[in-house]
Amino acid sequence: MKSYVPNTVHERQEMLQSIGLKTMDDLYADVPQTMKLSAPLQLPAGKSEQEVRRIFQSLLKNTCVSMPIFRGAGAYNHYIPSVVPQLASRNELYTAYTPYQTEMSQGMLQAIFEYQSLICELTGMDAANASVYDGAHACSETMVAMKFAKRKDKVLYSAALHPDYIATLKTYARFLRIELVEVPLLGDGRTDIGQIAALGADAAGMLAASPNFYGVLEDMAGLSEAVHGFGGLFGAVVNPLSLGAVKRPSEYGADFALGDAQPLGMPLNFGGPYLGFVTTHTKLVRNLSGRIVGQTTDDEGNRVYCLTLSAREQHIRREKASSNICSNQCLCVLMSSIYMATMGPAGMAEVAEQNLQKAHYLAQAIAALPNAKLRYADTPFFNEFVVDTGKNAAAVNEGLKQRGIMGGLPLSRFDATDTKGMLWCATEMNTREEMDAAVAALKEVLA
Amino acid sequence: MTRCAYPLMFEKSKPGRRAYDLPALDVPAQKNLLPQALRSAANPNLPELSEVDVVRHFVGLSRRNYGVDNGFYPLGSCTMKYNPKIDEEVGVLFAQLHPLADADCIGGAVDLMLHLQEALCEVSGFDAFTLQPAAGAHGEYTGLTLIKAYHDHRGDTARNVIIVPDAAHGTNPASAALAGFKIREILSAPDGGVDLDALRAAMGPDVAGFMLTNPNTLGLFDKNIAQITQIVHDGGGLCYYDGANFNAIMGVVRPGDMGFDVMHINLHKTFSTPHGGGGPGSGPVGCTKALIPFLPTPQVVREGEHGRLDYDRPLSVGKVKAFFGNFSIIARAYAYILSLGGEGLKEASENAVLNANYIFHHLKGTYGIAHDRICMHECILTPGELEEYGVHTSDIAKALIDFGYHPPTIYFPLIVHEAMMIEPCESESRETLDAFITAMKEIAALAKADPERMHKMPLTTPVGRPDEVAAARNPIVKYEWQ
Amino acid sequence: MVPKDRKYTNNDEWILEENGQFKIGITDYAQTALGDIVFVDLPGIGDTFTAGQDFAVVESVKAAAEIYTQVSGKVVAVNEALDADPALLNQDAYNTFLAVLEGALDGEVLTPEEYEAKIAE
Repeated sequence: MKSYVPNTVHERQEMLQSIGLKTMDDLYADVPQTMKLSAPLQLPAGKSEQEVRRIFQSLLKNTCVSMPIFRGAGAYNHYIPSVVPQLASRNELYTAYTPYQTEMSQGMLQAIFEYQSLICELTGMDAANASVYDGAHACSETMVAMKFAKRKDKVLYSAALHPDYIATLKTYARFLRIELVEVPLLGDGRTDIGQIAALGADAAGMLAASPNFYGVLEDMAGLSEAVHGFGGLFGAVVNPLSLGAVKRPSEYGADFALGDAQPLGMPLNFGGPYLGFVTTHTKLVRNLSGRIVGQTTDDEGNRVYCLTLSAREQHIRREKASSNICSNQCLCVLMSSIYMATMGPAGMAEVAEQNLQKAHYLAQAIAALPNAKLRYADTPFFNEFVVDTGKNAAAVNEGLKQRGIMGGLPLSRFDATDTKGMLWCATEMNTREEMDAAVAALKEVLA
Repeated sequence: MTRCAYPLMFEKSKPGRRAYDLPALDVPAQKNLLPQALRSAANPNLPELSEVDVVRHFVGLSRRNYGVDNGFYPLGSCTMKYNPKIDEEVGVLFAQLHPLADADCIGGAVDLMLHLQEALCEVSGFDAFTLQPAAGAHGEYTGLTLIKAYHDHRGDTARNVIIVPDAAHGTNPASAALAGFKIREILSAPDGGVDLDALRAAMGPDVAGFMLTNPNTLGLFDKNIAQITQIVHDGGGLCYYDGANFNAIMGVVRPGDMGFDVMHINLHKTFSTPHGGGGPGSGPVGCTKALIPFLPTPQVVREGEHGRLDYDRPLSVGKVKAFFGNFSIIARAYAYILSLGGEGLKEASENAVLNANYIFHHLKGTYGIAHDRICMHECILTPGELEEYGVHTSDIAKALIDFGYHPPTIYFPLIVHEAMMIEPCESESRETLDAFITAMKEIAALAKADPERMHKMPLTTPVGRPDEVAAARNPIVKYEWQ
Repeated sequence: MVPKDRKYTNNDEWILEENGQFKIGITDYAQTALGDIVFVDLPGIGDTFTAGQDFAVVESVKAAAEIYTQVSGKVVAVNEALDADPALLNQDAYNTFLAVLEGALDGEVLTPEEYEAKIAE
């Protein structure tokens, strides 16, 4: 058994004596005797490091972690430069609590300030919070921010948001009694802008993603204009990695730019921890939820960083706060900061371009197969696209798996009626050789 | 230490520097894949740095920070215990596992979640757990939606009030408001415990539930706990246990056995996952049988020897985040439980309580106290007579920094004037506690001898006390390129 | 000494009737208790409130205070100078209004003498 209690049994006894007690049990005199556990916890005995490692290795064996991945759908396989995990594990940052003590936490406070600056440069926005839990949570927090900013209880969302994001929005909307209205899609995979004016009466705003769940790049300028047309706030859900190529939310007048920054330096990790980011323009900075770091000076005039605008937050506003967030995803903030610092402007542009190029190479090769076609062939996309085949997608997926390939996500996973579609993804991680093998395997499976 | 600002990475930027490399594009480059209307006008204006620049920059930042690996971090209610290194190594083993991999590709990860859920059930006395919530407040929110869904499902739709003690963490009322509830605050008894008469008076047909931390935010175990949960249940409400202070009682007493219906656990506190400067955490929610149908989707359920993701949950509140939770944090907590076992968890709690009482006992003659009782895993001190010298809690906190310690939580709970909340945790040795006690006594002596000096502290940090008023009046929240 | 020309509330607001309209602000006691004020969240012109509702928020670094109206009616003006300089409230609380409401004073109010007695407690 492993123990992280440094004091020996003898030392513990001396300490008890020094405070006038005899046994550990005396410490729990306030706990009603009848309520106390009468037997030890029914858990396996404590294990050595080696045994713990063995248990984890045997769990890991029962997973597939070595196949080439052609799947995204909200969790993306990108290269993480070596400096990212190495620097993020610096003990002084890694084992710190929230930077409440300004003078002892300048490192993390400055790192958060730099993250806010970097993510603002990427989105073109003026202000960012110090993170929320993930992309789904970023959507929910933005929905609530829209409600508070506009004092209206109705919010629109595009039907092409990630299904988990929609499900999360629905939970938050249900309990907060916000009316959520779905804006349907056109046949080309894009949100039907034409319906927004009618649906938007009395709404606080709208959330739409580009690339959307089906990989399609939306007409964000058109969406933004339509939402502003009914007096609403426009929340642009974006893949931050795409912003090395694709227009930034500020370029089309978004009021909030948000999403999941997992592609910027976080591993897949079976779904988390990821990094929810929310940015906005200066006028709405107080509608951001959670912590924000600001710049100020100390008593000698040195530049310092501190938590600021705190009077919006739960520890001060309690039930009047617009969010309950306290712990966030700070370490992921640090990882994404190191990632962006490493990539720089040229790296962000190049990695976005490689995603674009490789995904199009793969899409064209798949579309050239006799019984496969792109569902939204005429709509621009970034690194994901939907392929329809004549066969059941789940069966196609099985065939690919037998050939050692983790193919596109069968869309039936989220919509049982969509039996033919698969959502494919290619990133800078997929080599040409790997893509050619995947196409060959798909050809066999479809034959 | 010479005080100085530390340059921002933007200020170190030199045109043309680069730290990244990518393999050359191995597919034929095509032009115009993006229509001009969708292409950004220019590259994002990020700094240009070499790899050595990046490394030096972040190592430099780390040297201006303090974590529990640096030293004692008695931040009350935050449970800053040592984060075992084995947990870090095994926690990242699933880094390459895609959350939407096929069911037959994720068995090991689902089993891990099942095993952790079952261990948490045993430690807490509940019937089921969800691991989906990403933090404590997220767990509170999730647990409260279960309570609302439960009442609504029974047709008891008028229950829209949550009772919260005034000594509660701010997240309690904020989470309840976000879950659509009205908040009814009750005043605490002088010892921070629940005032039974106030609770009875607050009950009514509109009450959905009551949120409580026990040990409470004063670090005291509420002896009336059986009556408290009984009063709420008699009134048709459910009891929510805020697990912020769970580190005091593992293996001794269980929230389920106290009569609670739902709770959250902060894995980043009690189960020792690193806090990362503010997160990621993980806030699993446990509940009794009656609430299981309402747990978020998917729920990991046992099927023979293995776990299975159950999506067929018609009464579920739905999802509270994408995918399954902060999985790599969940994995670390599982490693911690494996290492300690049931006995080790109890040993951890007992020693956390012992260490807090040791500090309390040896400082209560020097500082003011709220209650002279055996405390749980944390104790409350106040400046006491030092206030007569113009020295406040914030001054004592800043002085502690100069003695090399992270200060305790200050000015919380709100119901104790000038509170300092000290939570030492089980992973601190007697020498560390003794040295801290000595430092606190020296600070008390200094406060009487030279209060002016105290107001100038800390003197050993890279920067002095910040002008927070200026920061909030004219917020500067991002770098502007010169 | 609190100005005698106006009414007060238990929540440390002042209400000054001028030309059939009501100016509302916070008292000197309130601004001292809050400390350095960093932000004032003002209502929109045209917003309507009933007596007893909160209609504005005054923030310091570590506190936030809801400001309540004892006037039922419509906001006809707000003090926009507070957007740029919230410290005006610290400098001269009695000459710095938050908003002007048109309507009826139908909430509970205190006379200057009663308010002075209250804050002396």
